[in-house]
Amino acid sequence: MSNYIKLIALGLITLFAMIATNYARDLAYQVHAIIVMLVAGGLFLYTLRHTDEPVAATGSLQREYFDSVVRYGVIATAFWGVVGFLVGVYIAFQLAFPVLNFDWAQGFANFGRLRPLHTSAVIFAFGGNALLATSFYVVQRTSAARLWGGNLAWFVFWGYQLFIVLAATGYLLGGTQSKEYAEPEWYVDLWLTVVWVAYLAVFLGTVIKRKEPHIYVANWFYLAFIVTVAMLHVVNNLTIPVSIWGSKSVIVWAGVQDAMVQWWYGHNAVGFFLTAGFLGMMYYFVPKQAERPVFSYKLSIIHFWALIFLYIWAGPHHLHYTALPDWASTLGMVFSIVLWMPSWGGMINGLMTLSGAWDKLRTDPVIRMMVISIGFYGMSTFEGPMMSIRAVNSLSHYTDWTIGHVHSGALGWNGMITFGALYFLVPVLWKRERLYSLSLVSWHFWLATIGIILYAASMWVTGIMEGLMWREVDANGFLVNSFADTVAAKFPMYVVRALGGVMFLAGALIMCYNLWMTVRRAPAKEASLTVAVPAE
Amino acid sequence: MSKKVKKFDDDPNTTGHSWDGIEEFDNPMPRWWLWTFYATIIWGIGYTIAYPAWPGIQAATAGVLGWNSRALVAEEIAAVEEANAPINARLVETELTEIAADADLNGYAVSSGAAVFKTWCAQCHGAGAAGAKGYPNLLDDDWLWGGTMEDIHVTVTHGIRNEESDEARYSEMPAFGRDELLEKEEIDQVVNFVMSLSGEPQDASKVDAGAVIFADNCASCHMEDGTGDRFQGAPNLADAIWLYGGDYDTLTETIYNSRYGVMPPWNTRLSEAQIRAVSAYVHQLGGGE
Repeated sequence: MSNYIKLIALGLITLFAMIATNYARDLAYQVHAIIVMLVAGGLFLYTLRHTDEPVAATGSLQREYFDSVVRYGVIATAFWGVVGFLVGVYIAFQLAFPVLNFDWAQGFANFGRLRPLHTSAVIFAFGGNALLATSFYVVQRTSAARLWGGNLAWFVFWGYQLFIVLAATGYLLGGTQSKEYAEPEWYVDLWLTVVWVAYLAVFLGTVIKRKEPHIYVANWFYLAFIVTVAMLHVVNNLTIPVSIWGSKSVIVWAGVQDAMVQWWYGHNAVGFFLTAGFLGMMYYFVPKQAERPVFSYKLSIIHFWALIFLYIWAGPHHLHYTALPDWASTLGMVFSIVLWMPSWGGMINGLMTLSGAWDKLRTDPVIRMMVISIGFYGMSTFEGPMMSIRAVNSLSHYTDWTIGHVHSGALGWNGMITFGALYFLVPVLWKRERLYSLSLVSWHFWLATIGIILYAASMWVTGIMEGLMWREVDANGFLVNSFADTVAAKFPMYVVRALGGVMFLAGALIMCYNLWMTVRRAPAKEASLTVAVPAE
Repeated sequence: MSKKVKKFDDDPNTTGHSWDGIEEFDNPMPRWWLWTFYATIIWGIGYTIAYPAWPGIQAATAGVLGWNSRALVAEEIAAVEEANAPINARLVETELTEIAADADLNGYAVSSGAAVFKTWCAQCHGAGAAGAKGYPNLLDDDWLWGGTMEDIHVTVTHGIRNEESDEARYSEMPAFGRDELLEKEEIDQVVNFVMSLSGEPQDASKVDAGAVIFADNCASCHMEDGTGDRFQGAPNLADAIWLYGGDYDTLTETIYNSRYGVMPPWNTRLSEAQIRAVSAYVHQLGGGE
């Protein structure tokens, strides 16, 4: 019966997408309508072929963990990671050597089009898939329950991939609402909202039907991430489409209020997507890999609530010395600084979990990866509050220092903890005894670490240099440097930064090879425990 | 996945729960962490009393220090402007040609003019004033509209071929090809003649024919010997310095379509003192007359 409803819905969507393709007012919309038409049409045929076919009994499956979607999530994480890093390396070289903005590629592969592709690919495609995969894995294991909602988890996974494809192709074809980290246009936003609500339902449903008496701390963080991102996404994307047949839309917020909503969103994308969600990862995979209990339950509960409460107010520090009123700017700065210790609570809990297992740093490169990730987390969450101080910000704002800060967080913290989680997950999910090669993990570790250091150090140097050059005045109060002077002065650091990116990318490629060989070659593990049982 | 968590005899108590083998110690929060957290909260309260912070119905608290970012920047700008007011007045009153003789005034004008240049002019003429294709190099002594202080001052004030200023410098070269004033073959010949002026014809056999076409069509502005005419902004074609390029293809394009370089008038955006300062800056770059 449900198949018939599905067929009607898919048929209508296909038909609507055909009409939309015909009436499309711009290229991005037209290409998207074609993509939607092909996907919905393909699903229509697939459903048609499976309707009224005998269904295999799924009764026994209900006692097993739903790991196939996690396996797909792991593959998607590695794939989008490489794509995102590759685009990042390319645009880094475009900045150093503008000739790489080829004439024939103007309008789709110049820096302006590729930059949002890079940021969205690493944050939402790489980071988002890492969060999807690990949250589905962790919530099942720590709730001792199979994912709630049956195939809804598949809908979340494939729906999210469709969102990524629509967002990425949209950027290249000029479909953007020009809000940083929220570039996709209205219909892509609507689709993401549907997917996200389904994600919340799967996650929450699993937590509710858990067989453990308490909810594990990792799940608090995952849940905070899912709920808050839903709110941020909806409020920051309240737009009115110019036409139902076009990609362009107009945001309902105006002027400085729009800027404030944008950075309330933008900063909490960092706070809840890249911090809270990834702390959820940290709280599961670090104690698992270290085989030690979490350092302090009290600390985890206090730093969780403090972090959740404080982060949401810190956005105005992105708008110091702008049209934003001074009072909002002060509050943004104060909340950012008070946020320092709650952020470090996660670092302490992660690092101190290793007490009693420090010797593993010598023997286990995966733990080393997780530890350096927590180290970068601590560094960025100190650097962030410092940069939010108005006096510091007046030097650092608009400079490459910000870029360096973001990347020490994104490459160091998000990247490394994700790599650690992937190294943990692949042998478990594909039932292997161990990874194919630990020495390749070491290679990855060192390439990535040195790459990040080159990246962050060159951006500190060039950021502070250009900040100082911008504000340099002579005895009469006149500017000494033109903007172009500062751009020219940055060239050597841009080359160093791009080389750092190459090393980070090389490490990720080594990881993909290692994970692939783990699946293909590593010795299989005997019947492992995938049945949902409460731990104790 | 059934690896056992390692425990030591001196481990603290756990909370008694276990999730997939993960347990939690019942450790207290680190003292230094807690006290630093308290300290930032207390500092935060103090800071929001000192600075504008808490929003109300009508307005936000202003802070006991009376700090205001807009007032501060206005103050800073006013202080610099006040300090420079007397010398700015002197700059406006002094005859353009006499600025260079007054060492104090000239030094001030050049540093002020450099800042104006780097803010408003560098986008086209380059941060070092060396120009680019279509944007004249200001470092050499080859001038389109004249290189004296007065000439430069007029150019900066009113601009070139713009629609905003009636006094903008104006001239227009015909599009000899597009408007069918010359045949393709004739353009080919005159291009070769023009290239011969600076010593590099592509095809020497066409130069003589080109000379006739040049005399009939071009010499009225560019002069018979091709040295140009500053009253009309007609470039010197004999000096191997090119605004758009002196190769065969670029010259053909120039003669076929003509060129129409535009510069905005600056008297609507800059003060007279700033215009004089930037004129002095450009004048002393190397080619001033």
